[in-house]
Amino acid sequence: METNSGDVLVISGSDDVVRVRQAVRAKAIEIGLSLVDQTKIVTAASEVARNTLDHGGGGTATLLTVQNGNRQGLRLIFEDQGRGIADLDRALTDGYTTGKGLGLGLGGAKRLSNEFSIQSTPGKGTRVVIARWK
Amino acid sequence: MDRIPILQMGRALLITIQVDMHDQLALALEEDLAAKIASSGARGVLIDISSLEIIDSFIGRMLDNIAGVSRLMDAETVVVGMRPAVAITLVELGLSLSGVRTALNVDRGMAIIQQRLHDYEIADGD
Repeated sequence: METNSGDVLVISGSDDVVRVRQAVRAKAIEIGLSLVDQTKIVTAASEVARNTLDHGGGGTATLLTVQNGNRQGLRLIFEDQGRGIADLDRALTDGYTTGKGLGLGLGGAKRLSNEFSIQSTPGKGTRVVIARWK
Repeated sequence: MDRIPILQMGRALLITIQVDMHDQLALALEEDLAAKIASSGARGVLIDISSLEIIDSFIGRMLDNIAGVSRLMDAETVVVGMRPAVAITLVELGLSLSGVRTALNVDRGMAIIQQRLHDYEIADGD
């Protein structure tokens, strides 16, 4: 599998969540994802980016176009150095929220992605990787 | 700070969301709309989301809140123009917006609001 070096976007305010959505949309169009798949990955990115901002205290989003054989995809890596998530299973459960949302964020992002992984260390930060393949 | 404009047409309020909203803009719209319903006595609110390319859980919750607040203030909200890809994504996300009245397009949404206004005119005798 090949990847490129990727674009890195800083997430430090709610404007940046909008910028992440727009950048993900542009990449998704570039690799030729269908309109529904574009919408799913942009929505998933919005959920995770908001989590990075609100729960992680800000961080970065890295956008990578990836190639596996003749399949192209879009992989997004969200990293923060925030307080981390102690109970990942609970964080992925619908309706569980520590913030102002509906608690659908991470679980919803997982459902909207072909790949989803999360690593978190309390006190150190969180890393979420999502991908959507063409 | 930016604001989303709220237009008044008789006893109806019209909102067209044409920008990719950041969270504060969505929250400001909730507050502005509640104030506008109170000052105008509007009984119907039409929200056109046909320009919105995504609805995530935050914007979904905003639409739900707006519908709930409007209902408490005796106004009915109709959300119109949801794109097919947005509807598919919302359901998969786990949000069905069951508290929000929707219509396919502006014409059908206005028909729902006009009917409500008409019913009230008869009841009010004006």
